[in-house]
Amino acid sequence: MISRRVFLKNGGLALVSLGFAPAFIARTVEAAGSTRRKVLIAIFQRGAVDGLNMIVPFGERGYYAARPSIAIPQPGSADGAIDLDGFFGLHPRLGALEPLWRARQLAIVHACGSPDGTRSHFDAQDYMETATPGVKSTQDGWLNRIMHAQEHANATPFRAVALAPQLPRSLQGTAPALAINQLDQFGIRAGQASEMVQASFEAEYAAAADRVLNRTGSEAFDAVRMLKSADPRKYQPENGAEYPRSAYGEALRQIAQLIKADVGLEIAFAEAGGWDTHVNQGASAGQLGARLDDFGRGIAALHRDLGDRLSDVVILTMSEFGRAVAENGNRGTDHGHGNAMLVIGGDVRGGRVYGRWPGLAPEQRYEGRDLAVTTDFRSVFAEVVRTHLGVADMRAVFPGFETKQAVPLPSTFCLLPSAFYLLPSTFCLLPSTFWLRA
Amino acid sequence: MNSLISRRFRLVAAAALAVAALAGGERARADKVPAGVPKNPDDRTILHVLNRLGFGARPGDVERVRRIGLDAYIEQQLHPDRIPETTIASRLAQFETLGKSSGELARDYFVPAMEARQRAQRQAAADGQKDAAAASGDDAKRMRTPEQMELQRKERAVLAELSEQKILRAAYSDRQLEEVMTDFWFNHFNVFAGKGPTQVYLTEYERDVIRPRALGRFHDLLDATATSPAMLFYLDNWQSVDPDMEARLAREGLQPRGGFGSPFGRPRMRRPGLFPPQPRAGQPAANAQRPKRGLNENYGRELMELHTLGVDGGYTQHDVVDVARCFTGWTIANPRQGGGFRFEPRMHDAGPKVVLGHKIKAGGGRDDGEQVLDILAKHRATARFISTKLVRRFVSDTPPPSLVSRAAARFQQTDGNIREVLKTIFTSPEFYAADAYRAKVKSPFEFIVSAVRATGADVQNALPLVQTARQLGEPLYMCQPPTGYKDTADAWVNTGALLNRMNFALALASGKMRGVEAAANAAVPAATAESVRTYLVDAVLANDISSATQSTLAKALDPRQAAALVLGSPEFQRR
Repeated sequence: MISRRVFLKNGGLALVSLGFAPAFIARTVEAAGSTRRKVLIAIFQRGAVDGLNMIVPFGERGYYAARPSIAIPQPGSADGAIDLDGFFGLHPRLGALEPLWRARQLAIVHACGSPDGTRSHFDAQDYMETATPGVKSTQDGWLNRIMHAQEHANATPFRAVALAPQLPRSLQGTAPALAINQLDQFGIRAGQASEMVQASFEAEYAAAADRVLNRTGSEAFDAVRMLKSADPRKYQPENGAEYPRSAYGEALRQIAQLIKADVGLEIAFAEAGGWDTHVNQGASAGQLGARLDDFGRGIAALHRDLGDRLSDVVILTMSEFGRAVAENGNRGTDHGHGNAMLVIGGDVRGGRVYGRWPGLAPEQRYEGRDLAVTTDFRSVFAEVVRTHLGVADMRAVFPGFETKQAVPLPSTFCLLPSAFYLLPSTFCLLPSTFWLRA
Repeated sequence: MNSLISRRFRLVAAAALAVAALAGGERARADKVPAGVPKNPDDRTILHVLNRLGFGARPGDVERVRRIGLDAYIEQQLHPDRIPETTIASRLAQFETLGKSSGELARDYFVPAMEARQRAQRQAAADGQKDAAAASGDDAKRMRTPEQMELQRKERAVLAELSEQKILRAAYSDRQLEEVMTDFWFNHFNVFAGKGPTQVYLTEYERDVIRPRALGRFHDLLDATATSPAMLFYLDNWQSVDPDMEARLAREGLQPRGGFGSPFGRPRMRRPGLFPPQPRAGQPAANAQRPKRGLNENYGRELMELHTLGVDGGYTQHDVVDVARCFTGWTIANPRQGGGFRFEPRMHDAGPKVVLGHKIKAGGGRDDGEQVLDILAKHRATARFISTKLVRRFVSDTPPPSLVSRAAARFQQTDGNIREVLKTIFTSPEFYAADAYRAKVKSPFEFIVSAVRATGADVQNALPLVQTARQLGEPLYMCQPPTGYKDTADAWVNTGALLNRMNFALALASGKMRGVEAAANAAVPAATAESVRTYLVDAVLANDISSATQSTLAKALDPRQAAALVLGSPEFQRR
């Protein structure tokens, strides 16, 4: 019955009746009994990260054959993968994440992705951000819909914030959301006259017949006032956390500031680019390695900085699709299908790779070339939304997503001979009760 | 100068008063949807045209257009070669890189800096440096000597000058529509300055590929982008080769030609056998050979999805592969040196292909790609896709289907004549309909340039404005995905960006942008808050502002505040 729990520790019983996507989080928002809010931090790796080199299936027949010049060497070799469970390993430039794995606060879902087969960045990002694969007419993003599905009186202008110059598709929609590039630049800057000028602009926008600008204007001024009184600048990185000096690292640092400033942040969004490695991708070192180094160090710094607040936080990473199993003619990889997602948090049942591994042999691949998808990315989203954020109405957040399949596979399975991975998914669903925490 | 401007100001104000008296009647007629260009346009209509065909009104523009006639103005803008370029030419004369070829830019600007970086890198390796710069691989940080820094400055000047040029042309060129269309097509055929040597080719790409064809034939534009090194590099086609090439050349007893920067360059050092296969992982030793160079689908896919048919244009993965095969051998002579397009027969897949149901015979060579471009340029879906984008740019975020159909029909009738398609749009009732008025939110670039134009501010140094575009979310030439920037309001309207716009309005008005004349002074010399307000509201907003904006403006303490409150107002965010 409760066999569908996956990576979050035990959630409330209400979730069982909904019938899909499982639990990898321990406590729901109600159970926490705290006034502190639950926070979801979504990190989008735009450009389609090569999941097979990020989370390396070094135990897989065919991985090395398909990637003669860009494969990550076996654990134990020079600059080899960091062994996670005897089958999967971290890219060596993701070493910063190893302690999170060992502390069981990092879970990985592999062979995860969209039921839609598009290999267009544009479409695939759109589908992932609206969480309606194959449907282009969806107006709002999934993170925006969460806010509608869980309206509450204590919502602040900082309920949903993208630390980015523009509001991402995931956060677009009718619920208010903020895009901020630099927290300390947020406000009207007119020296002595700032307050007067701000009041003037506010009056202009409040009266605008233009609905879009009217609403955005009023959200902006509410937010300015609130941020001013909370003064997030006083929250500097703690516990020796060192963020990478990239725009992405800067975004994560400021997310931590907002969390600590208690301004009501519930949904945060950051993104990292540069993953579209068609040419000279590199193996352990090189282009992808440098990007992963930045990526992993950012998450590790955030994890460290948040300290015990991590129990309120889930960090979820995503990318629009994976890359082809075989390297292309330019020592790079072309657009593919299945990918890996990371889930990090205090309540995450980490230290495991979830999902049924479909194998990399040509006949096991999607369209003969890509990693097949065995877990719908919406199952992962859904578990976080329901179990971590405590949203009851899943259909409002994931319209048209009624599937009851969840594809948990504990990492212990990965120690078994690779033949097991060929088993049908129904089989793999069975043992999940074994690793539930009571 | 002062008296001249204030005279013009009085003229405009008088004209506006006269027009305001007629406005009621004019508007009623506009609502009935006029066919063709309105004969006696009101200020609103003239501003609408100035906002759409160009980057907004400058002081006196409304009057000027009224004098020559709205239809004559549109006709003139559709034929930029009839408009002299003297003003802008003198502003651009200060830049040294804009007229140079890619080869010259590579030789004099990029290669010296690259070589200095390589020397610095080797030096760092030899010294066994373990500092942050060495470890992070950040080449820029290793360039510390004055000579190195000078080389680096020169290299960066190329993109900086190009970006300044873009702002200055949009702000001061009389060929406004040509600039709008250059921006449109660059964004449509987007390349990203941050990807390797794309930057070497960027100046040439905009100057020689895009701008001269911005109002020409779509097919020519498509051909020119397909053979441009900027696009060949950005979408990786220059490296796409027949997967069977090496085996074929070996059979024919030929060797691939080597050389630095060539697609046939020597293979990178590899370390075979360093990580021997484990029994279970099963890595056959035979596979540890040099990887074959092969097909790269990137250009083939984006050519159809983004440049021509659109994502719903009816092509399949099979089409993507065969289009990519057709373009194998379309490469760059020597990218790091700024070399040009070259068709390399040895890289070409000579087999037969099928593209969108058309058979392409074996052995066509370079003609394969030409055939694909021809099929795509003439395809119905292309006419529709391009027309939709143009109507979205010029009319509304929700393009009226009736107008899209007529524009697409015109596209097909005229063999993709862009000027004719635009004419269809600019003379359509939909273009002048009440719901198209101020229907578009300005992109950051449009907002910045329109603010400069509205105030008539003199820009001596456009770099602070280039920087502003980045802060507002539209870094120039730095849009990474091939989709280009979105052309709808949702991409640009968000709280953070909106506050940044207000802050830019404040900085511009009060002269805090380095190298940009204080906009408040530029607008009305010896101005009072009152005169600036009256002038701007009349000249660029056709006196059409909310009563709240009006009463807010009335409270402005000084000319700078008044100008900022106009430029930052909700009314000025739209065009």
